[in-house]
Amino acid sequence: MQRYILIRLIQSVFTLIGVSIIVFSLARLSGNPLDVLLPDEADDETFERISELWGLNDPWYIQYFTFVKNASRGEFGPSFKWQGRTAMELVFLHLPATLQLAGFSILVSVVLAVPIGVMSAVKKGTLLDTVGKLIALLGQSLPSFWLAIVMIWIFAVKLGWFPTSGRGGFDHMILPGIALGWFSVASFMRLTRSSMLNVLDSEYIKLARIKGLPEWKVIWKHGLKNAAIPPLTVFGAIVVGQMTGSVTIETVFAWPGIGLLALQAVNARDYQVIQAVTMFISVLFIGMNLLIDILYAYIDPRVRFT
Amino acid sequence: MTTSSEVYKEPEKKIGNVVLEVRDLRTYLYTKWGVTKAVDGLNFEVREGETLGIVGESGCGKSMTALSMLRLAPKPAARTVSGQIILDGEDILQRPEPEMRFIRGQKISMILQDPMTSLNPVYSIGNQMVEALGMYYQGEDNKGLKGRAVDILRKMGVAAPERRIIDYPHQMSGGMKQRVVGAMAISGTPRVLICDEPTTALDVTIQAQYLRLLKQVQADTGVSIIFITHDMGVVAKMCDRVAVMYAGKIVEQGELRSVFNNPSHPYTKALMASVPSMEHAHVEKLYSIEGQPPALFDLPVGCRFANRCEFADAKCLEAYPPMFQDEDGHTADCWRLEGQWKKVAEATT
Repeated sequence: MQRYILIRLIQSVFTLIGVSIIVFSLARLSGNPLDVLLPDEADDETFERISELWGLNDPWYIQYFTFVKNASRGEFGPSFKWQGRTAMELVFLHLPATLQLAGFSILVSVVLAVPIGVMSAVKKGTLLDTVGKLIALLGQSLPSFWLAIVMIWIFAVKLGWFPTSGRGGFDHMILPGIALGWFSVASFMRLTRSSMLNVLDSEYIKLARIKGLPEWKVIWKHGLKNAAIPPLTVFGAIVVGQMTGSVTIETVFAWPGIGLLALQAVNARDYQVIQAVTMFISVLFIGMNLLIDILYAYIDPRVRFT
Repeated sequence: MTTSSEVYKEPEKKIGNVVLEVRDLRTYLYTKWGVTKAVDGLNFEVREGETLGIVGESGCGKSMTALSMLRLAPKPAARTVSGQIILDGEDILQRPEPEMRFIRGQKISMILQDPMTSLNPVYSIGNQMVEALGMYYQGEDNKGLKGRAVDILRKMGVAAPERRIIDYPHQMSGGMKQRVVGAMAISGTPRVLICDEPTTALDVTIQAQYLRLLKQVQADTGVSIIFITHDMGVVAKMCDRVAVMYAGKIVEQGELRSVFNNPSHPYTKALMASVPSMEHAHVEKLYSIEGQPPALFDLPVGCRFANRCEFADAKCLEAYPPMFQDEDGHTADCWRLEGQWKKVAEATT
């Protein structure tokens, strides 16, 4: 078990190095930030002076190593756009809003998707299954930004049940939470259902029934733990997807989270902030996958002992 | 366990009263292609300590019969539409579903065919045994239940069971897993143990050991065994009586000796002829039955074996033959026995 975790940890470090290279080069592919940041009438001398000051004249590998050295300490430099703040400060400033929204929508996804997925498999072909399928179909086919706009129009503008945008009390979370979570409910539910169907067909489920176990134990103990493995894989992607994928949702709802920050940073070619956001999300992603891998080992002894 | 140098001694058999009586059992599968009559009017009984073999080729309804007896035929397609399953004088088909929990495992239990897939991979052997034992011995603490699990595993020939109990299925060999499955099946001290091809997936050497274990368990506990197989050799080793099943019906039934020495249904004869034997070692090609069994959703009116039977005539196609019985209680459904044996059931059309 320890060996398994250690191997996964080392693998994560390599992934992180790869990500840092990509993040570093992607930001530089978008052009020189000074073209955007400096006023048009700035002369060559000013341009040169600021380039020198920010290290933009150094060879790329020096820039990269500086980047890695600082990044490992969480320093991504000062923001170009938001004067007086460092990039990392901005990320942490926007993080709570994103965590709140993503956390809410993940919670709702899991609470809805797992039981509906399991029960649709158990009661395959019944009304419950059909309703589940419909929810999944809609969730996977409706684009979330469109859903967001339509929901704002119906529930906020027409009916006035919820606020149209911004961050505030619990009622502010409902619409963005649904818009953000529906897609993951759909994919999570479908995966749980198909995985559960496979498991219910297996011989060990038959044996559990032959032993005389009550049906709830057959399904929720013997069935779910086996069926949980494929949905767990996408769970990691869903969690991070909720945080990053919320760029559109945060924009539509003017939700002051990381997504909105990233969008504004991209528009302003704010290198440092883009890098800080991207690295932060990558670390989150890698950490999440590591956690999922460890969870696998916890669930499935065949992973643990190899 | 016996080593090759020891002489294996058959455990002594004590056969008692009738434990399980199955009357006119019918389990049909309702599919979009029509009604599949997987189990179509079975009659048999098993006595205490006795082993009844149910023999037949794949798809003849053997496994569906086994599952029907536990009321676990796959829903919603399968439904037991009629019949009685009388266990210790009580028809279990009349019991409400929640009560079946106390019958499964404790009155009727079952060993499945494939040990590689019949244990849950994510729970330890001990966990899977103790959860069942916890229902069979309610109120007993975990330590006591574990002790029972260890004892039963030892009885099924698992070496060092107190250490193996924390193992997961993937850490065991196929033969060992099947012993664990067997241990689970007998842990509720059932009256009837259904074995659905329990040795088909095992190595030949392990097969013989496993069959001996089952016999020993039977001698110790007096459990009745219903042994489902397609292997005539295994039937000869294990069974006291044998029922031959073809296309959802039992076509011949009787004492092992009687059926083997005097197979009276052409299908049984053909089945016997297709067993490789030492006496006919010079035969170049093994006998095989021509043709295919009829589809269970499109059964003929007459005898179901007629299309493959070398003796079939017009009568066989018109009506399903009556059941005939000889003086030893050996029965067979075949028109050719008319006049020779006593008729005990009418022909059906």
